[in-house]
Amino acid sequence: MTVDASAPPRRAVVPQPRGTIARQGSVFLSRHSRLRLSLLLSAPLFWLGLVYIAALAALLITALWTVDSFTGQISQTWTVDNIVAVLTGSLYQTVTLRTVGVALLVTIIDIVIALPIAFYMAKVASPRAQRLLVIAILMPLWASYLVKAYAWRSVLSQGGIFEWMMSPFGGHSPGYGLPATIITLSYLWLPYVILPIYAGLERVPDSLLEASADLGGGTWSTLRLVVLPMIWPAIIAGSIFSFSLSLGDYITVNIVGGANQMLGNLVYTNVGAANNLPLAAAIALIPILIIFAYLAAVRRTGALNNL
Amino acid sequence: MRLSRPARGLLAAITAVVLALIYLPLLVVFVNSFSTSKNLTWPPPGFTLEWWAKAFQSEGALEAVLTSLQVALAATAVALVLGTLISLGLQRFEFFGRDAISLLVILPIALPGIVTGIALNNAFRTGLDVQLSILTLIIAHATFCIVTVFNNVIARLRRLGTSLEDASSDLGAGIWTTFRLVTFPQLRSALFAGGLLAFALSFDEIIVTTFTAGSSVKTLPLWILDNLFRPNQAPVVNVIAVVLVLVSIIPIYFAQRIAGAEKVVR
Repeated sequence: MTVDASAPPRRAVVPQPRGTIARQGSVFLSRHSRLRLSLLLSAPLFWLGLVYIAALAALLITALWTVDSFTGQISQTWTVDNIVAVLTGSLYQTVTLRTVGVALLVTIIDIVIALPIAFYMAKVASPRAQRLLVIAILMPLWASYLVKAYAWRSVLSQGGIFEWMMSPFGGHSPGYGLPATIITLSYLWLPYVILPIYAGLERVPDSLLEASADLGGGTWSTLRLVVLPMIWPAIIAGSIFSFSLSLGDYITVNIVGGANQMLGNLVYTNVGAANNLPLAAAIALIPILIIFAYLAAVRRTGALNNL
Repeated sequence: MRLSRPARGLLAAITAVVLALIYLPLLVVFVNSFSTSKNLTWPPPGFTLEWWAKAFQSEGALEAVLTSLQVALAATAVALVLGTLISLGLQRFEFFGRDAISLLVILPIALPGIVTGIALNNAFRTGLDVQLSILTLIIAHATFCIVTVFNNVIARLRRLGTSLEDASSDLGAGIWTTFRLVTFPQLRSALFAGGLLAFALSFDEIIVTTFTAGSSVKTLPLWILDNLFRPNQAPVVNVIAVVLVLVSIIPIYFAQRIAGAEKVVR
């Protein structure tokens, strides 16, 4: 570009911003950052606080009321009977233990399956294969939850495909029961565990792995000392999904669980057939407390930023 | 760490086996949608297109799909707005109680659906004295969809930093202009990914839906639950599931392409 020295120096013309209302608002807001923050947060907090927290609080209060056994109406007399019943009833203890056991097993199975796949996707597969694999993991999420649970009912049924495939090896279908529930729930939540772990592994730079190798780290020690600490929050994030989704499930256990009950079933029957909302609310306190304890325990890992 | 060839092969094999396991039940669904057996015996005694024809004529199913689309679109729209607002607030400002708010966003998805369901049901009916309808359903869905948008957007904001926004305001752009021309274009793919997850979450939700939908509102999962155990309807349900999976390829493919293109640019 040549510059013509005789031409008058060109002045950049900066248009004076017009004093529209939008402009004034913009100026005012950029000077008042607290106001900006409260405008940003007011709508979502109004929604979450009013819709959700108020509803939860109301539910907890309901747990302290009773149902009039004659009219079936909720009577607002304060009592801790429901909570005592839930805490001391052997049915509730058994079902709680069973539910937590199922949720823990599902979570462990999912993490064990998800780790190698996520690692392959993030660190071994070519970019093209990587993209196809993510699609392959995401796609089953769109087949209805119910249809998938029912498909497992069909797979595990007597004379179903599982027995059909296993019979040459002398295997049996586990039939309907807790093992079937665990298999089905692990299946349903697996993509929710793979995706955060995959995202976590993608954030581990390859150069770190190479540095570890250069410094003499073997495969296992690199995985244990470099990779695992970095993806730990992502693993916890995945576990929150599988754990909490399993903890509240009552439909899968109805479809493949035989006669077994989980906490969700107890809540469901007390809301519906038994028409005892206070007792249902008291039972619902159990998963609420468990999840709160879990979230409190994992908060320091930074997992909540990895969901 | 350099993986040996056998180690890579082993990882590939595990991935292949698990993918096969993931698709096995879906394959069963696919095959059963052509099966002449009404109660899904295996192997199928014969094949027919009857269920496919029936599915596309089933008014209940089509209506349910439309209802689910409406609910999922509305809930996603609300979640996109609220999720973006809250992530801007939490990422761009330091203040007391920030952790509590991010916990608050996560809570509706971390607590089991049945807790959310009965809490909202109780609040709507006895607390606010409103009739359950499609509106209460949308409110409930939006509540637990916020988190997917929030997570995607806040992760993006964290990575972007503020330098481009600062440059924009140094050059004289007001906050609206900066958001419209600088922040929003950079958030677009995160919004798409978060919105897609929110949509999928709402479209397939059954537990919260059971408790917050009015009796006249039939979403697709509710319709499926009604029909799954009816012998003449189960194969039709399978057809719908197959169609959903096939149709879902389109948005997932686009989401991946947008994400992939951005990775190259950076």
